[in-house]
Amino acid sequence: MGEPLLKVTDLKIEATAYPPGEPPQDITIVEGVSFALEKGCVLGLIGESGAGKSTIGLSAMAYGRGGVRITGGEVRVNGRDILRLGVRDLRRLRGAEVTYVAQSAAAAFNPAKRIMEQVIEATLEHGRASRSEAEARARALFATLGLPDPDTFGNRYPHQVSGGQLQRAMTALALCPQPDLVVFDEPTTALDVTTQIDVLAAIKDAIRETGVAALYITHDLAVVAQVSDEIMVLKGGKMVEHGATDQIINAPREDYTRALVSVRSIAHEEKVPTADPVLRVEHVTARYRGTSFDVLHDVTVEVHPGQTLAVVGESGSGKSTLARVITGLLPPSDGQIRFAGRPLSSALAGRSREDLREVQMIYQMADVAMNPRQTVGTIIGRPLEFYFDLKGEAKRKRVAELLDEIEMGKGFIDRYPAELSGGQKQRVCIARALAAKPRLIICDEVTSALDPLVADGILKLLLNLQKVENVAYLFITHDLATVRAIADSIAVMYRGRVVRYGTKSEVLAPPFDDYTDLLLSSVPEMKLGWLEDVIAHRKMESAGN
Amino acid sequence: MHPILILVSQRIALGLLLLWAASVLIFAGTMILPGDVAQSILGQSATPEALANLRAELGLNDPPVTRYFNWLFGALQGDLGVALTNGQDIAEALGRRLGNTLFLAFWAAIIAVPLAIFLGLLAVRYRNRWPDKAISGVTLASISIPEFLIGYLLVYFVAVKLGWFSSVAMINDSMSLGEKLSAIALPVAVLVLVVLAHMMRMTRAAILNVMQSAYIETAELKGLSGFNVIFRHAFPNAISPIVNVVMLNLAYLVVGVVVVEVVFVYPGMGQYLVDHVSKRDVPVVQACGLVFAAVYIGLNMVADIVAILSNPRLRHPK
Amino acid sequence: MRGIPISALIGLVFTGAYFLAALFAPFIAPYGMAETVGDVWEPMSRTHLLGTDSIGRDLLTRMIYGGRTTIFIATMATLLSFTTGAVLGFLAAVIGGWIDQLLSRFVDLMMAIPSLIFALVVLSVMPVTIPVLILVMGLLDSTRVYRLARAVAVDINVMDFVEAARLRGEGRVWIIFREILPNALSPLVAEMGLRFIFMVLFVSTLSFLGLGVQPPNADWGGIVKENKEGIVYGIPAALVPAFAIATLAISVNLVADWVLNRTTCLKGGRGG
Repeated sequence: MGEPLLKVTDLKIEATAYPPGEPPQDITIVEGVSFALEKGCVLGLIGESGAGKSTIGLSAMAYGRGGVRITGGEVRVNGRDILRLGVRDLRRLRGAEVTYVAQSAAAAFNPAKRIMEQVIEATLEHGRASRSEAEARARALFATLGLPDPDTFGNRYPHQVSGGQLQRAMTALALCPQPDLVVFDEPTTALDVTTQIDVLAAIKDAIRETGVAALYITHDLAVVAQVSDEIMVLKGGKMVEHGATDQIINAPREDYTRALVSVRSIAHEEKVPTADPVLRVEHVTARYRGTSFDVLHDVTVEVHPGQTLAVVGESGSGKSTLARVITGLLPPSDGQIRFAGRPLSSALAGRSREDLREVQMIYQMADVAMNPRQTVGTIIGRPLEFYFDLKGEAKRKRVAELLDEIEMGKGFIDRYPAELSGGQKQRVCIARALAAKPRLIICDEVTSALDPLVADGILKLLLNLQKVENVAYLFITHDLATVRAIADSIAVMYRGRVVRYGTKSEVLAPPFDDYTDLLLSSVPEMKLGWLEDVIAHRKMESAGN
Repeated sequence: MHPILILVSQRIALGLLLLWAASVLIFAGTMILPGDVAQSILGQSATPEALANLRAELGLNDPPVTRYFNWLFGALQGDLGVALTNGQDIAEALGRRLGNTLFLAFWAAIIAVPLAIFLGLLAVRYRNRWPDKAISGVTLASISIPEFLIGYLLVYFVAVKLGWFSSVAMINDSMSLGEKLSAIALPVAVLVLVVLAHMMRMTRAAILNVMQSAYIETAELKGLSGFNVIFRHAFPNAISPIVNVVMLNLAYLVVGVVVVEVVFVYPGMGQYLVDHVSKRDVPVVQACGLVFAAVYIGLNMVADIVAILSNPRLRHPK
Repeated sequence: MRGIPISALIGLVFTGAYFLAALFAPFIAPYGMAETVGDVWEPMSRTHLLGTDSIGRDLLTRMIYGGRTTIFIATMATLLSFTTGAVLGFLAAVIGGWIDQLLSRFVDLMMAIPSLIFALVVLSVMPVTIPVLILVMGLLDSTRVYRLARAVAVDINVMDFVEAARLRGEGRVWIIFREILPNALSPLVAEMGLRFIFMVLFVSTLSFLGLGVQPPNADWGGIVKENKEGIVYGIPAALVPAFAIATLAISVNLVADWVLNRTTCLKGGRGG
């Protein structure tokens, strides 16, 4: 014996890229990665998008997605090099010794078959149990994973259960054949934060109970710190640092790791509300046409000049609808919007050009928020021309100034959006908003599509610009860490209502209402043992009630 | 009532509504357009009396709405009127010819459908390799070639140069099935070639779409064999798109029949329609148009219904 | 214009050649269009490069003039189909509401009847002249262009950059011409190629059935019809125009395919 369960040596993975208008090229996705994993241990693979973490995870099953090929090194599972296995032996490995939990369970389950059928399929295929044993095992796993009605849960079809439940069912699917190793590929990323914590706890319990080893892939260091024994940090397909979870979190050696650990610990002085708010949303109730329930219900908030109101909530809380009401895209059925003391027309068509200029918007997906056929110069220049009648050289000069303000420089003026990175695109959108010299900018999840370090840069930029331009932000987000970093005041939304509202220090200090408590305590902290503490705390509370 | 039944009955009702609207359109197309029908039928040199007689015979002196409903109620009872040119009962002539056309289309479908699905699967299996490229090349050619070119190429080489089959496809009731099949071999071949490429390409796209789903990857990562991945996971989800492809192409086939029948002088609906368009025999044209539209709408309706029935979300509502 | 694939190049050359021949037909054609210059169905020779037709006219001459007619009708019908379909489709997408509903349901209805059948029904009562042919073909086909244009415009219309333009206060003209059109152009241009092919096949089919261009004029479909009797005697004259139709359609297709591929390349921002 002596050999670890999984031993990866000097792994090299390549893929063929098809850049538009050019011949295909081979690119290296992963290079020189080595690690070993003992029975019953959990290794976290962490990195930003493009770090190659999923690709490495799938290499433990000798599987390459799309045109991805494992071209070098060794992957040994239970003592044999699986890269040299034949098709039949590989099939015996996949779904039996090593199993996989995908990021989107909703897509990974076959819509046409019952959940039970799919959960026990691999177990039966590999003859690892009889049908009745496998079903019993699946029901036991459903119970361990905290699924409702574990005895009948499997009779349902995937579309009949919720996203969080399906993600747990996917975990049951991976654990049912009693594998030696499970690859978890961002299993909680697609979930809301309050759902994520339950699934995370369920996965952790299941790992502990079955004693299975796991590769846990995620971009969220705080999440992986809760479940793994060791962490490996990856960047651009290469290993940055590998160590025990405690060491990585509390004593990172590399700069890159340190940056990941300290992400969103931006120090931000809370400003005191001034007397006159720039925006006042008064008792707004709204519903979409053709529906019969209110998406917003009696919402009242205000934003003060040069300050930030963070509107925080999970999907379906109505926070994006609030933005649509303020901009006039969705006229409210009741209540009104006041801007700088005067009432704003509820519909877009009724607003003057000046009204429109003073409220600008920045979107979540910067790539679709810019016309792909316009250059950066046109995108930023249009508001200058439209609102201030700037033309020719004057316009070009102002665009260059704005590009400097967003720390990009005038070299970008003739580029197209497709030639920019994700962070740069979002910066151009910021410049377009600034070009109108607005008094309020609505930021709708502007950092959630970005990698943590890039997002950090955007947040810092927004804070600096606020100081310089004295612009107010209405900042919509689901991410409490972002809220902590930039807000002056906070509105917590839940099912279309504001459940808690006040300055940051008020909102984030106890006593809490139930929902805010749940939300705050669900945000993973960069701290070992956080998950256990929260779960224990919640159990105590529910026992106390 | 189960929601799926509601959806299916809605779809059937929509089909009937569409058919009715199509009948209005066909009627309007022949009646309300500029130009005097009687004049176009008889030509510029017709005498005023002859024109007046024909107008009376066609009922052109009634208001259009009355004429439409007379026509529609007649059609609903199987009375399509009589042909202007020879006074024959249209329903009877049409019935016989429709039978011939369906006979032709049936044999073309019997050959084309399984062949196209098989070749579509082959293209998926050897994606981006030569069988796939050959198939997409053939598709490109086939959507660019008029049906009559394929027809005459076959006539020229197979019938005239090789002498294997007859260049005209006459059939009648006294022929045995074997004789009939031999007579229609060439037109069937043309129809197969016409729809095959389309159907192959669409089948390929439908299967590829399913094969790229995440649940196929899940199945592969369960260690299932290639056959089981396709049979258990891809197939149940591919039925509906493939049926859709087949129905669309059968509808296309019904139209392609018009030209092929003319090429091979086959006594079917298409030939009948074209002959009477030249003779400006409006009642026959209307009747044929209605039958073609009904077949076309019906096939599209079947495709939609299969899609509804095979959708697990609709079959097992929350 | 660098890096044109070989297939698109072939397509461009052939398409160009056909269009040039159509444009300069009177200068290229060796004989008169309706001139009887030889025996019936003479084989190919130095004086008659493609032989003669069913009544002894020079086939090459007929082909050149026929191509002119075919290409002219197809081009005009395509233009009609495009202007009608694209304008209505864009308007329906941007305005929405009952105008969109009305137009879209009417188009659904038009498409419920196969266009060849509907054309035959209409042509049974209309005088068959070239303007009528163009009108009937163009309007029937505009339903397909409408669907595509509307779908493309609806997709673009809901994107954030269009919303951003609306929030800025831009008018409908700017939104259609500066935001939507530049992004919709490439798929529409590629579709234009396909519609043109369809028109070529459509008019050829009608003429072949005797319901298109009327003698003594002839387009390629008409020439097939005139010479089809010869096939049975082993005379391939009818295959020549049919072959011309096929090569024209294939070359336009190759060009359209290339345009479409370039479009998807530009659109695919995912790789970056």
